[in-house]
Amino acid sequence: MRAYFHHIYQSVYTIMIGMSITFRHMFQKPVTIQYPEQRLQLPERERNRLFVNMEDCIGCDQCAKACPVSCIDIETVKVIPGEVVGKTGVTSQGKKKALHVTNFTIDFAKCCYCQLCVFPCPTECIYMTDVFEFSTYERQGLLYQFSDLTPLQGEEKKKMWAEYSAEQEKKKALAAQEAAAKKAAEEKAKAENKDTDKPEAKSAPDNKETEKPKES
Amino acid sequence: MENIFTQWFGDNILAYILIPIPVLIWVSLFALYAVLAERKISAWMQNRIGPNRTDKYGLLQTILDAVKLLQKEIVSPYRTDTIWYNMAPFIVFTAVFLGYAILPFSSVFISADLNIGLFYFFSITSISVVGVLMAGWSSNNKYSLFGGMRTVAQIVSYEIPTALSALVVVMLTGTLSMQKYALIQEGGIFNWYIFGGPGDITKIILIPIMFVSMAILFISTLAESNRTPFDLTEADSELVAGVHIEYSGMRFAMFFFAEYAEMFAVSGVITTLFLGGWQSPFGDLIPFLNGPVMQVFWFLAKSLSLVFVQIWVRWTLPRVRIDQLMTMCWKYLIPITLVNVFLVGIYMLIFN
Repeated sequence: MRAYFHHIYQSVYTIMIGMSITFRHMFQKPVTIQYPEQRLQLPERERNRLFVNMEDCIGCDQCAKACPVSCIDIETVKVIPGEVVGKTGVTSQGKKKALHVTNFTIDFAKCCYCQLCVFPCPTECIYMTDVFEFSTYERQGLLYQFSDLTPLQGEEKKKMWAEYSAEQEKKKALAAQEAAAKKAAEEKAKAENKDTDKPEAKSAPDNKETEKPKES
Repeated sequence: MENIFTQWFGDNILAYILIPIPVLIWVSLFALYAVLAERKISAWMQNRIGPNRTDKYGLLQTILDAVKLLQKEIVSPYRTDTIWYNMAPFIVFTAVFLGYAILPFSSVFISADLNIGLFYFFSITSISVVGVLMAGWSSNNKYSLFGGMRTVAQIVSYEIPTALSALVVVMLTGTLSMQKYALIQEGGIFNWYIFGGPGDITKIILIPIMFVSMAILFISTLAESNRTPFDLTEADSELVAGVHIEYSGMRFAMFFFAEYAEMFAVSGVITTLFLGGWQSPFGDLIPFLNGPVMQVFWFLAKSLSLVFVQIWVRWTLPRVRIDQLMTMCWKYLIPITLVNVFLVGIYMLIFN
């Protein structure tokens, strides 16, 4: 009998406690943040969308190598001597840029926001920004191109380098031929006296043959 | 007390057609804004803001929800009992709405002042059980059937404490007419039946009995209108939504409509029985506050504060289990109400 009344007392008492708590909460300030209008201050080192400052990029490919999901894709073309990369040819820290970056894409559909690409960068040109709203309707929209050269310009640079290197190769080949001819002459002269340095004479024509298909 | 419509239009068919219209308008408005109030109050209790996109305060939210539900397709699942399935939500709502006939909104407006008003209310609103069971059984869904069966078990057992706790007032007044309950409790807040009703100093004995009776009436009507903590019939986490599962569009809305209409109806009955009905709490001290229009205000204010308590309870207490529900009804509420009836009987023997 005592337990019976104790149950009644306990249920009434506990219900009163609960109801007083909810009643008190009715007059407290709501904690809702109405997101698109109200925004929280993001933490200082939050990791969101990457950005590449192409003014400073030297095309060293270290970020692409560090990426665990290979979402960074870099294509570079060597610079012809005398040509200036970008506007000044040097980074803001004074490093010389020796490569045209014809393609620098980051696929944010793959990116896992681990920030591993940021640390190896020698010029600190790739970093995380506070942009986190970049959803798109198509997957192509997540493929970000950072290179400041258009595809046409890139093609042009590649062509220029190909021509330049072809010229260089021709020169090299000529020089090699001359050198081979000289050596052959010397060897003939030497062969009369002693048999020496035959492998060197053989190697020169080999080089010429392997480098020829590259030029075409 | 004659009805205002029969006074204006005479005792003909037109008056009887017009009588339910203001009540129906009130029920629709109440259902719309009670849903909004429920969402807003629950939001405040959980330190949220609640709907505020449709307007500065979200006042259009439920209207737009209703428009959305009207546009939706009415899907009926394979192999339902089509007739009963389609009829059920309307039976539920009709049963609840018929209960409004005896609610005394003021001294001149009561749809039907029956001499068996209270009895009529308890019997007609329990017809909604039939509708709920019909919906559960005809849906061709196990969860629906479970929900329907639970509802029947719950409502049938809670009919008893409801009737017994109302019986206390019936014994003291000696009538079943709703208008008479309100008339008897005239003369200020201390003549309401929660404070023992009108009478001499000996009514002090009745005050604790009346408090307990009103609390039990509130609890058991809460169970009858299937509100949390007694919403075993809906039980979102176990039965998905009970009888609501297979309903869509406006038929689904009818169930909600009925639930909110019943909330107000039972609050109106508790108000009439224990809180003085349409009587002003100041009695005749300020006659203006007890005029026919202000009476409507008092009735609505009292009933709506009870509705607020129902919402408050819903967002505070967790759902009870089926065994706890039955334990509460048969082991606690019914014995206590029986003792109450017994004590009131002894009081009447001694002092009347």
